Amino acid sequence: MPEQFIAPSVDWFALSPYLVMVAGALGLLVVGALTPRWPRGLYSLVSALTATSAGVLAVFIWHDVAESGPGTLVGGALAHDAFAQFVTVAVCLSTALVALVTDAEVRGTVLEGPEIHALLLAAATGAMVMGASNDLIVLFLGLETLSLALYVLAASERTAAGQEAGMKYFILGGLASAVLLYGIALLYGGARSTNLGEIVARFQSTVALERNDSLVLAGLALLIVGLGFKVAAAPFHVWSPDVYQGAPTHVTAFMASVGKVAAFAAMLRVLVIALPFHRDDWRPVIWVLAIASLVVGSMLAVVQSDVKRMLAFSSVSHAGFLLVGVEAAGHRAGEPLSGDGLESVLVYLSLYSVLVVGTFAIVTVVCRHAGGSTDISAFAGLGRRRPVLALALTVLLLAQAGVPLTSGFVAKWGVIQSAVAERSYAIAVIAMVSAVIAAFLYLRIMVSAWLADPSEVEPEPVPVMTGVAIALAAVVTVVVGVYPELLLGWTDALSSYAR
Amino acid sequence: MHGAADFPLLSMLVMVPAIGSLLVALSPRRRPEYAKLIATVTSVGVGAMSVWMLRAFDSHSGDFQFVSRHPWIESWGISWHLGVDGISLFLVVLTGVLFPLAIVGIDPHNDDPRRDKPYFAWLLLLEAGVMGSFVSLDLFLFFVFFEIVLVPMYFLIGGWGYEGRVGAATKFFLYTMLGSAFMLVSILATVFIASANGLGRITFDLIELAEGASFAASTGRWLFFGFAIAFAVKVPVFPLHTWLPDAHTQAPTAGSVVLAGVMLKLGTYGFLRFGLYLFPEAARWSRPLWLTLAVIGIIYGAIAATMQGDLKRLVAYSSVAHLGFIVLGTFAFTSQAITGSVMQMVNHGVSTGALFLMVGMIYERRHTRQIADLRGLQHVAPVFAAAFTVVMLSSIGVPGLNGFVGEYLILIGSFLTARWWVVVAATGVILAALYLLWAYQRVFHGEPDEENRSFPELRWREGMVLLPFIGIIVFTGIYPKPMLERIEPAVHDLIEHVSERTGYVEPQPTAVSVDDGHGEGE
Repeated sequence: MPEQFIAPSVDWFALSPYLVMVAGALGLLVVGALTPRWPRGLYSLVSALTATSAGVLAVFIWHDVAESGPGTLVGGALAHDAFAQFVTVAVCLSTALVALVTDAEVRGTVLEGPEIHALLLAAATGAMVMGASNDLIVLFLGLETLSLALYVLAASERTAAGQEAGMKYFILGGLASAVLLYGIALLYGGARSTNLGEIVARFQSTVALERNDSLVLAGLALLIVGLGFKVAAAPFHVWSPDVYQGAPTHVTAFMASVGKVAAFAAMLRVLVIALPFHRDDWRPVIWVLAIASLVVGSMLAVVQSDVKRMLAFSSVSHAGFLLVGVEAAGHRAGEPLSGDGLESVLVYLSLYSVLVVGTFAIVTVVCRHAGGSTDISAFAGLGRRRPVLALALTVLLLAQAGVPLTSGFVAKWGVIQSAVAERSYAIAVIAMVSAVIAAFLYLRIMVSAWLADPSEVEPEPVPVMTGVAIALAAVVTVVVGVYPELLLGWTDALSSYAR
Repeated sequence: MHGAADFPLLSMLVMVPAIGSLLVALSPRRRPEYAKLIATVTSVGVGAMSVWMLRAFDSHSGDFQFVSRHPWIESWGISWHLGVDGISLFLVVLTGVLFPLAIVGIDPHNDDPRRDKPYFAWLLLLEAGVMGSFVSLDLFLFFVFFEIVLVPMYFLIGGWGYEGRVGAATKFFLYTMLGSAFMLVSILATVFIASANGLGRITFDLIELAEGASFAASTGRWLFFGFAIAFAVKVPVFPLHTWLPDAHTQAPTAGSVVLAGVMLKLGTYGFLRFGLYLFPEAARWSRPLWLTLAVIGIIYGAIAATMQGDLKRLVAYSSVAHLGFIVLGTFAFTSQAITGSVMQMVNHGVSTGALFLMVGMIYERRHTRQIADLRGLQHVAPVFAAAFTVVMLSSIGVPGLNGFVGEYLILIGSFLTARWWVVVAATGVILAALYLLWAYQRVFHGEPDEENRSFPELRWREGMVLLPFIGIIVFTGIYPKPMLERIEPAVHDLIEHVSERTGYVEPQPTAVSVDDGHGEGE
């Protein structure tokens, strides 16, 4: 006799960020379809506002969590903890910035309209779900919501490069999703559940002989491959330069920020939160992935001449840094005093996502002016044409290089600190040295902007909303860099997660 | 702890140039003269404050004075902790004095007056960074300043330098950043290991770490080398020196003056403050290595300087040799030698700074720095030649001028503990005379040819800028006591700290016996 279905109780307020995002997406589509073209920029503003209000709601929920402690939602499907809210805030902030940048990018093209913003909001919802998922199936649903929207966005420009990028991303991403899903299936076979809490409970209550650990290990391996693809960690990074380069720049910004945040949040949920009992199995793998990403990312970034490809490889090396934090989190995962690894990864993610959106926003301004060329020569003489823009670029690039008094330094310091605290000295040294190699790349862009002779004398127009996004990103970068306590005061709560 | 410490003097020394830099950056673009005005006022103000501090400094105390301490990033145990003692005092004053001279006295190597604004903004930011590095008593804070200095220097070399500037600037940035990469990991490891071994909590405070933590010998050595790589690149110690000739030669004059005057001292100062103080055992253990590299640097720098055809490169290589002396004195572990090293840091800053300044003047007049293109300048510009002579003799280390005091103290102090190294190093003094006098002979003596006949004499403004340099050179050469008596207590405390930690007994100069022919005084 089938069990009677009992509807889980739903705490609607705790779900409000997701609801707001979905409502925003649907509202844009429906109202946008029924009304004549809106005034310039209004689509962007509406989607930025939607994302912002979802972020603000997440902050309120964070307060609730701080009072009532972490728990789960909707019958254990979603986690209700500071981790989820932090990811939501980071995703919403990045989405809002990307929405602002998108306006000028699509203006006057066939893409101008509500659709692209609806897709952005839907993708962001998927990312938020990934960060909050307490069940592997929910995680997969979030991942697909994000990915499907991103495939469309990547191919949204009807150019050969754009189509190629979309197609590549779709095929390889689909493959990775399949691998991930297979991993989930195997893990289910070994652990008899897809719920993170139940998985952990099962490992706690059984010894290895009672369960099928080979299935768990095989599932773990496939999960790491699938997640490695999504975070663009070497050697699963090969799609990223082509896709980053071919996709429209605002979409690339979204991929590099929201995509990375979501994928890493999912990785933390799966590895650190669900599988702490296998930390000694997955930690060495992460170690290798981290080093490979750091070395490959920084080395290959240096030899590129296309700015978007450079930033793609630099994001691979940033993924390496984040994996250093994941590795650090793996030393004492699941223990009451689990170290700072998890927090440092989340802090890094939130800071990096703002940085990278700001950087790509400047790329949109400069490269649109240069007739769509994303070659580094487009930046030549930017310091003469637009000194303030060049200064913002410098701040953002220095932050990516990890120079002190920028948020990038705070992020790197946190990750390296957690690695050193676990005595992972080798990985910390390799990470820092590869950061120096990567710094050469940022210097190259700065040299071009400040020291090269201008190939163009006409200053590029800076659209208001893009300018606002750049200014916000630069200000966050400097303020957090000078006074990191603003952010760090919040992050202590992150280590008490729900499952 | 000082009575007059109510006024946050050290914080002001760091913040005022930083604020000045911001003001310059915000000054109206169409009025470039405002930029220079703000820069002048700010840097002169900082200079005045630093000189006032010199006066208020209690010369009998080896403790940190003018201490200012506020929590900064509490979640990581980091505080805004500044203080100055005899070791850093004169470096702070030198920084305070050198920057206004560089700002007032040297015109940016510029084609467009609107580019003055970023130039002065970067210079002031550089001053803030250098000041901060010298007064930080918190490892995190020190690292932040040590690293932030790279950015303005990079832009100064890259933006206002000479023909090969971009390559030189990039090399400079990457070399130093590579060193810092190791230091960062080492700083963190020091803090965590210290908290596990004796301190019981996470703190980046230098004094707490040095006094409270103890490291196992092998651990301490690893940690020390993490720091040492960063400092060795910055000094630079041979074989890590290759960035220096390029950076010096391509940098604008003010950049070279600052680079030679104070920035290289970040390395030697770092060795004293963070190497010897935090890891006495490791520093003692590794001293043969540093002494050997120092001596190689002295000889190699001198020989390389002799071979240079470019006057600026010659001075750059002479820096390698001079800094070798400082490193030698540092790792000799006697009060005299370390006092000499600290003094020589300042001396080198003054004399090499002045040399770069004068080479810059020659370039400005003749648009060449090649020794072969210059001849007989003494005939056409006797005052200029006289000033150059004084500065050069100070750099050689002639008695009666400042260079002699420092070098002599280093050599005599090191003789007790590092005899054979000193024997080799002493030949470097002769070589210094060789390359500088030979260069002087080729540039200033002889009959001026057609192009050199119109070489203008020293101008008033240039003379006013050189005057403080020459004043310091002569004053400390004749009467070094006020300087030495301020340095000595801090050095004494440092040696005592080393002795406490390692059981090392400092040999006394009077105890030299003639029959001890082959010992090294251990």
